[in-house]
Amino acid sequence: MEAQEAMISVNNVDKFYGTFQALTDVSLTVQQGERVVICGPSGSGKSTLIRCFNGLEFHSSGSIRIDGIEVEEDSKDLRRLRQEVGMVFQQFNLFPHLTILENLTIGPMKVQKIGKSEAEARARKYLERVHIPEQADKYPGQLSGGQQQRVAIARSLCMETRIMLFDEPTSALDPEMINEVLDVMVELADTGITMVCVTHEMGFARKVADTMVFMESGKIVEVSPPEKFFTNPESERCRMFLNQILEH
Amino acid sequence: MASAKRRTLKGFLNAAPVAIGLYIVVIFGIFWLAFNGAQAMGYNWQWYRMPQYFYRLTEDGFQWGEIVIGLMKTIQLSATAFFFATLLGLIVALLRLSGLVVGTAVAVAFLEFVRNMPILVLLYLFYYVLGPIFKLDRYTASILCLAVFHAALISEIFRAGINSVPKGQWEGATSIGMTKSQAYRYIVLPQSVKFMLPPMTGELVHLVKSSAIVSVIAVAELTTIGRNLISDTYMSFEIWFTIAVVYLILTLALSIGVTRIEKKFAVQN
Ligand SMILES: Nc1ncnc2c1ncn2[C@@H]1O[C@H](COP(=O)(O)OP(=O)(O)O)[C@@H](O)[C@H]1O
Ligand SMILES: [Mg+2]
Repeated sequence: MEAQEAMISVNNVDKFYGTFQALTDVSLTVQQGERVVICGPSGSGKSTLIRCFNGLEFHSSGSIRIDGIEVEEDSKDLRRLRQEVGMVFQQFNLFPHLTILENLTIGPMKVQKIGKSEAEARARKYLERVHIPEQADKYPGQLSGGQQQRVAIARSLCMETRIMLFDEPTSALDPEMINEVLDVMVELADTGITMVCVTHEMGFARKVADTMVFMESGKIVEVSPPEKFFTNPESERCRMFLNQILEH
Repeated sequence: MASAKRRTLKGFLNAAPVAIGLYIVVIFGIFWLAFNGAQAMGYNWQWYRMPQYFYRLTEDGFQWGEIVIGLMKTIQLSATAFFFATLLGLIVALLRLSGLVVGTAVAVAFLEFVRNMPILVLLYLFYYVLGPIFKLDRYTASILCLAVFHAALISEIFRAGINSVPKGQWEGATSIGMTKSQAYRYIVLPQSVKFMLPPMTGELVHLVKSSAIVSVIAVAELTTIGRNLISDTYMSFEIWFTIAVVYLILTLALSIGVTRIEKKFAVQN
């Protein structure tokens, strides 16, 4: 049988900020439903890479295709692309002037042009999914960090995208709130959605990852299944990095 | 010791009864000086003639006086000019933030032009140059002049307000597929309102005050009315005092009104 096109295919991508090279010759393939965890030291280009997947940044050369859509600046397909790709940020980026319910319905209503009652039904469904249906009428500022991040996940789910990107979703959280967010992410991983997570939560990675990616200095150094990645990584740099973070 | 003493003196002067007493003394002092000065000039006070310029009861019934009519005109002129200034200011701010070279260049040229032009010259330009070309009457020319002058300042308020919304809000909006204009409309502008309200109030008060300039082309607003009344009655002290107080009441009412709105916003957030 002919192989289906990959969900995400990154080929020989370079990315420059001015003269600074943030990504160097990066290639990566993610299949539909695959769960990829990216780790690596701070400044290694993890955020930059996944931000290139939904057009928050644009690569300088090489090519990125997401579900068959070529990612290009000023392309007419950008809106279509962003409706395929959801993103959860380290700092949540909820809209503080809107209630939780409005945070979840504004995308479906304004971007997908669906009706208010349908959007609200959908919002409540996903609030249920992230276990905070009772917070619908509050404002983001009234919620704890862990709750806010779960709302952010629900906001992204409301767009019913096929791909979800996570950029260190638990790094800004107090330790006691990390697990409530990770639990939601584990449940999400079981739904078959394609996930790319930048995280250093190795317990989570072991549980859900199909593929581990290690980045350093703007390059992908290692791509391997978790069994191999955690026990016998190929590169010395990766081994040292893992020792460092697993000690904590 | 010395500092403790100074603190008690300051505390004494700030105590409510003392402060109010001092305030009254200062205000009365100023009035006393003005009235005495006028007296010394042999000025003939005729305050009793003033009420008729607010309202009149004739055989035709109740009639508003010139000062009230002038005040209404000032309010109408200021409100219209402020509306267009805000609209134009928003456009200039968006052009400036558009990232388009042409947009930025146009916006900056506009800002520099207006910023370096005395408002009086701008008014003459609108009335004596653009007026005949575009068939503008004096009222329209006045509105355009005030709108353009204040649009420059307002665009800076918009720009600062928009820039004070964190970058993450743009990213949040973009990540759910919003276009730039949707992100502005639903996410960024509503959040920048709270940053913009205080300076916008200041700008509105500023506009009301600078609207007096249009008296030089004889638009019948408050200041023009004042001048006309004086040339009829020679009561310059009474009339200028009155006009000043009317402006003061108008601008204070605006400030207080907006402060109320701000409080409401603060509660919401
Ligand atoms: N907007 C930007 N302008 C300039 N340099 C940037 C920008 N964003 C990121 N960088 C640089 O690119 C490198 C990679 O950043 P990032 O992708 O955020 O790393 P990571 O997410 O792995 O910590 C860093 O050296 C960072 O300083
Ligand atoms: Mg990062």
